[in-house]
Amino acid sequence: MRNPLSERITDIPFSGIRKFFDIAAEMKDVISLGVGEPDFDTPWHIRDEGIYSLEKGRTAYTSNAGLKELKIEIAKYLERRFQVSYHYDTEMMITVGGSEAIDIAMRAMLDPGDEVLIPQPSYVSYEPCAVLANGVPVIINLKEENEFRLTAQELTDAITPRTKLLVLPFPNNPTGAIMQRKDLEAIARIIIDHDLYVISDEIYAELTYQQEHVSIASLPGMRERTVLINGFSKAYAMTGWRLGYACAPKVILEQMLKIHQYAIMCAPTTSQYAAVEAVRNGDEDVISMREEYNGRRRYLMHRFEEMGLSCFEPFGAFYAFPCIKEFGMSADEFATRMLQEEKVVVVPGTAFGECGEGFLRISYAYSLEKLEEALNRMERFITKLRQQK
Amino acid sequence: MEIREKILTFIEKNSRVDLKQLAIMLGMEEAAVANELAAMEEEHIICGYHTLIDWEKTSIEKVNALIEVRVTPQRGRGFDSVAERVYNYPEVNAVYLISGGYDLLVTLEGKTLREVAQFVSDKLSTLDSVLSTKTNFILKKYKDHGTVIAKPKEDERMLVSL
Repeated sequence: MRNPLSERITDIPFSGIRKFFDIAAEMKDVISLGVGEPDFDTPWHIRDEGIYSLEKGRTAYTSNAGLKELKIEIAKYLERRFQVSYHYDTEMMITVGGSEAIDIAMRAMLDPGDEVLIPQPSYVSYEPCAVLANGVPVIINLKEENEFRLTAQELTDAITPRTKLLVLPFPNNPTGAIMQRKDLEAIARIIIDHDLYVISDEIYAELTYQQEHVSIASLPGMRERTVLINGFSKAYAMTGWRLGYACAPKVILEQMLKIHQYAIMCAPTTSQYAAVEAVRNGDEDVISMREEYNGRRRYLMHRFEEMGLSCFEPFGAFYAFPCIKEFGMSADEFATRMLQEEKVVVVPGTAFGECGEGFLRISYAYSLEKLEEALNRMERFITKLRQQK
Repeated sequence: MEIREKILTFIEKNSRVDLKQLAIMLGMEEAAVANELAAMEEEHIICGYHTLIDWEKTSIEKVNALIEVRVTPQRGRGFDSVAERVYNYPEVNAVYLISGGYDLLVTLEGKTLREVAQFVSDKLSTLDSVLSTKTNFILKKYKDHGTVIAKPKEDERMLVSL
């Protein structure tokens, strides 16, 4: 029989967390700090609107780009929160999570051989999406000494004549790093000088703890070079609704919409109706969840300090990225042993790129009680390792 | 949010939080949090620290009732003096002045139905300014003080996700 598979797809590796999932599934009393989604339920008034839309029989497709009502609300929201303005009709589309937007943005913008700059550690889908879109991923290894921000120098060093696109994944999963305005201004100058484009994945934009998130699209000259991606998953605790959106100049967006039209048709209708309520009346929910995360974040950092575990202070998303190099083992080994010996799940930094070696991603999307218990176990594990040395 | 609001928002849901931990989470000095708490107790902003109990799960019998009371307000003192007469009874849990079809909402906790009935007929109804009462017994508590009593929520997320 002929090989049914394409080489391109078989060359892409599976994600690095399967193993932990399999081990943990066999164990009892496992506490996980390995989850990449909020622990809150979607606020009730938002769920209620979803239910109501079903009761009213709103079960048909929406237009390809999404509900007009929703897009108008999102345009207002982006303007009021991040000072970026997009025309709801020609520059915005509703997608199946931010993930779809990443995929179709790459497919709309890349020709074979075009290089895509991907700072890592970062979310796992950029690299495979670039490959699937015929692009050539070029990894920029971010450094702890820069608090995992992308510096102008690192960007400049990675640019070649074939470079077309930069993925900007901030606030960052897994490091919790954010980019401040001055960091972005330096990046923007280089992007403009080299005539590049940016896919800015701002899915964690609402979850920053020191200052408001700045979108690179709000900087002079950048709106026409940026595909802004955001969504409802993290801000409103709506991961399972699968709803995101992309904003871009019309020339890019209409091509993205073409792919979406043929491959997806439209984002889930129920979710879109619920999202109208979220973006219209959800500001208070976002604030209270952010406050809650922030308290846990401070608690987590304090515990790391007590354990003597080095970790730069993350100001975004709901992750911390402590360094475990002192224990002289790989992140994978550390995570595996901690799971086996103390039944705590964390994700090794290497799941997010090779430069994540020596780090762990710790999620604080957990109740304080859970967090406390997991950190007690982690402390016990670390103490044991230090004694064995 | 200002500091007091942050403290109150937190301890309203978890009054047993360790002071040190609360200070860490608020990004404040422990002494400063302690001072604010003491000041708010002094000012009676914080009026008590209670425990939310699901008595249903114990062998102890409790009967709870909500009593709607219509009263004649008194000259010069409005509803306050009759409210005071009512809230001084130890079996009374809460007294609220209500807008709408009646005046006072009285919540009551007794050991038995008879005890509640006796309180209403002997004590409450016989007060001079009380015109009428309507007693509603609570059959089941689903949610109290913002907490769902019936069933604790399980974490249904996958153990690991990226």
